[in-house]
Amino acid sequence: MQVQLSPTLARDDEAKRAKDIIGKCVHCGFCNATCPTYRHFGDELQGPRGRIYLIKGLLERDEFNETASNSLSLCLTCRACETTCPSGVEYGDLVGYARTTLARQEGKTTLTERILLRVLPNFGLFRFLYRLGRMFKFFVPGSLRGSLYRRLPKLQSLPSEGGNVVLMQGCVQRSLTPEVVNHLAHLLTSLGIKFRVCSSEKCCGALHLHLGHREKAQAFMSANISALSLNEGDIVLSTASGCGSTLKEYGREMGSEEATLFSNSVLDVAEFLHQFQFKARYEKRKIVFQSPCTLQHGQKVTGVVEQILHRAGYNLCEVRDDNQCCGSAGSFAILQSETSNALRTKKLDALLEPDPEIIATANVGCQLHLECVSRTPVKHWIELLEVADKT
Amino acid sequence: MKVRHASSEHSSLRRHQVALNSTCFVLQHVKPIAVPNAVALELLRQELPQSSILIDRNEVEPFETDGLTAIREQPWVVVLAETVAHVRSVLRVCRECEVPLVTRGAGTGLSGGARPNSDGILLVMTKMNKILDVDAANCTATVEPGVTNLAISEAVKEGGLYYAPDPSSQIACSIGGNVAENAGGVHCLKYGLTLHNVIGMKVQTIEGDELVLGGKSYDNASYDYMALFVGSEGMLGVVTEVTVQLLPIPANQQVLLAAFNELERAGECVAGIISAGLVPAGLEMMDKLAIQAAEEYAGVGYPTDAEAILLCELDGCLEEVEQHAASVEDLMRSRGAYDVSIAKEPKDCERLWRGRKAAFPAAGRLAPDYYCMDGTIPRYEIGRVLRSISKMSDRYGLSVANVFHAGDGNLHPLILFDASDKEQMRKAEEFGGEILECCVLAGGTITGEHGVGIEKIDQMCSQFSDVELDQFHRLREAFDQAKLMNPGKAIPTLARCSELGGMHVHRGALPHPELERF
Repeated sequence: MQVQLSPTLARDDEAKRAKDIIGKCVHCGFCNATCPTYRHFGDELQGPRGRIYLIKGLLERDEFNETASNSLSLCLTCRACETTCPSGVEYGDLVGYARTTLARQEGKTTLTERILLRVLPNFGLFRFLYRLGRMFKFFVPGSLRGSLYRRLPKLQSLPSEGGNVVLMQGCVQRSLTPEVVNHLAHLLTSLGIKFRVCSSEKCCGALHLHLGHREKAQAFMSANISALSLNEGDIVLSTASGCGSTLKEYGREMGSEEATLFSNSVLDVAEFLHQFQFKARYEKRKIVFQSPCTLQHGQKVTGVVEQILHRAGYNLCEVRDDNQCCGSAGSFAILQSETSNALRTKKLDALLEPDPEIIATANVGCQLHLECVSRTPVKHWIELLEVADKT
Repeated sequence: MKVRHASSEHSSLRRHQVALNSTCFVLQHVKPIAVPNAVALELLRQELPQSSILIDRNEVEPFETDGLTAIREQPWVVVLAETVAHVRSVLRVCRECEVPLVTRGAGTGLSGGARPNSDGILLVMTKMNKILDVDAANCTATVEPGVTNLAISEAVKEGGLYYAPDPSSQIACSIGGNVAENAGGVHCLKYGLTLHNVIGMKVQTIEGDELVLGGKSYDNASYDYMALFVGSEGMLGVVTEVTVQLLPIPANQQVLLAAFNELERAGECVAGIISAGLVPAGLEMMDKLAIQAAEEYAGVGYPTDAEAILLCELDGCLEEVEQHAASVEDLMRSRGAYDVSIAKEPKDCERLWRGRKAAFPAAGRLAPDYYCMDGTIPRYEIGRVLRSISKMSDRYGLSVANVFHAGDGNLHPLILFDASDKEQMRKAEEFGGEILECCVLAGGTITGEHGVGIEKIDQMCSQFSDVELDQFHRLREAFDQAKLMNPGKAIPTLARCSELGGMHVHRGALPHPELERF
């Protein structure tokens, strides 16, 4: 589709790039078919094709509009549409551009957004407020109360042994599900692989990026790049596919050489562990794997975790509509709780259809979102493995 | 056909018949269109939830076009219908206030059939997307019009059934839209178009009636109104319920992939397969550009150095499939295929089709815009017509990717161009028109499955005489006297044909000499 850039954007490189992305779209509508919000609402304005059209309007008129803003805040950025698109439209990039533009045009951020952006990436503050929230649940708004079901685990510090493997601990994951990285550390030790952690690791920037606060996101990126100070040949492992997806974008976002080295060093933990043989840690063998959008659509890592689990001896059942988002999508679960919960219900129905004993996932956001309403335990897939005995 | 009257005591069906029987010859003129008015909006707001009515410019803009993006017009109002009652309300408001109405399904159509009117209402059916009933014993499913084509097959898969017509856009297109355009697809060669697979429907007319057409059995004691409504491009009524017939999933299927060095040899091979008495479930052809675009997206293993490939699917019991596959392979090799491979596992067959089904949008990788044509010709003419198209392509200086249902002679040349270049856009349209006229000259028709819409309306003048066109108009008026439904689509006014004829004087003969000129 052609876009006539507004004269005010004619010299803007970002806008030109957005125009080129839209140039690839042929308006076929295939993307709508796999978009969770289009499927939920049945409304063109809540599907990728409509959103692309709204962004086209932003580029042509360069003025804030409520319709585009509402529509984009209901976009999960799951990027299922990108996987479906035969024309190769880079929707994720386009939405990133549009959100930054809208945030700039509107010039204000809602209070909830501001609180989220302040608290979630701040490890200490998050733990403090989470504990406070659990103590005074009565005062916590209904949409948040459900997320406070987990006891805050004790902090454990991981040994840093050197070596060229770096474990990213994440912010929310480090607070609420540290057992994931701890278990990975145990697996790596059993495999005889040395690893290190970085004590000054910051938020990956995903949260800010998704809400259109690009500069702040880039500040986090720079901080991580210098904190980790990687060398050629280092491997950065991410256990949260949401963070991994953003960490892999550093090169494109920042454009610098160090940033490219950084993003090229990042692997989802599945891509790394694929080469080893594991055995099942649990007796309960019938499981399903919920492949997070950030893993299958964002990082385009498909079938790898499934193979590892299968080889470990689990009976991995197929899941209907496995390309669909669970509704977590970073801050979406809090900012758009109604839609998010509806999508979660659909996802859980599909996941529980084969009657599994465990639901495995690969991202902390999905895990917490599903876990707080699921009777079937939801675990990170790493936790289901034990190193196989050498034969 | 059963007619449920809304309010009028007067039988509107009788009125329809009177109009149909009338023999007087009246020239049709486009009715002056009512100016959007506050009364209509007020009525809509009284009867529909506020969230269903979109009127702000930013809200309606994304609805200004369907799968044919070269043609756009912003609708005055968009209504997202959720129930039959909403549809009836919109129809009543349109009738009473004389507001033009365009109905839209998933907006994947390629002939501009759902292009809205700036002074009209666009009625969007995608929220009506429930599967109402699956009757496995009768092999039927009854669904709302917004259900996607593929969703029907998915819903009945466990019972070993599927819905046969499978347009390439089946993942996204709605069954209501399929009915409006009489959509086809890869498997229509053996199993027929939408028309042959829909057995019942409910239609709301703008005059306020609910028509119940067909049912769960194959024959009905009346004129075949189903045949009239399927493919009527939203001009006779709004479909609010569809009953489709389902088929058992074939026990076995195999897909042959043949590569050719010459496009025409592949065309001749198609004619050879059909004339040998074989009826493949699907027989598709792609040329070099299309192969490359599809392969780049899907990575399914098409030979990118071939000038053309044929994909031939055979289905049925194992003995039949194997025997036919062997015959087809022999035929392909004897007609010049330099390589033939056979996929036997369902996963491999699905892989081969995936590239073909994504071929249209994948052409978006070749050029900023494409213009998809839909002419149908007798199969023995495929080679010759393709040669003509390739000559035209040189003459216009625009590339063409060919990807089409070869088995039923349904061509889909994709003319590649850049719409930001006005000259290219004009050339593309002219080129498209010439392709369709070439199809008609070869003994074919201007549409195979995409419908006429706005895209091919001028070529209707080449295919039909003024008497025929006039009959179409009268048929339409039998259901919509004020001609408010999807105005300006599918059937050209004779005035339009005469103006167009003025530009194309053929061998000195002026078309439609009976019309006044201006």
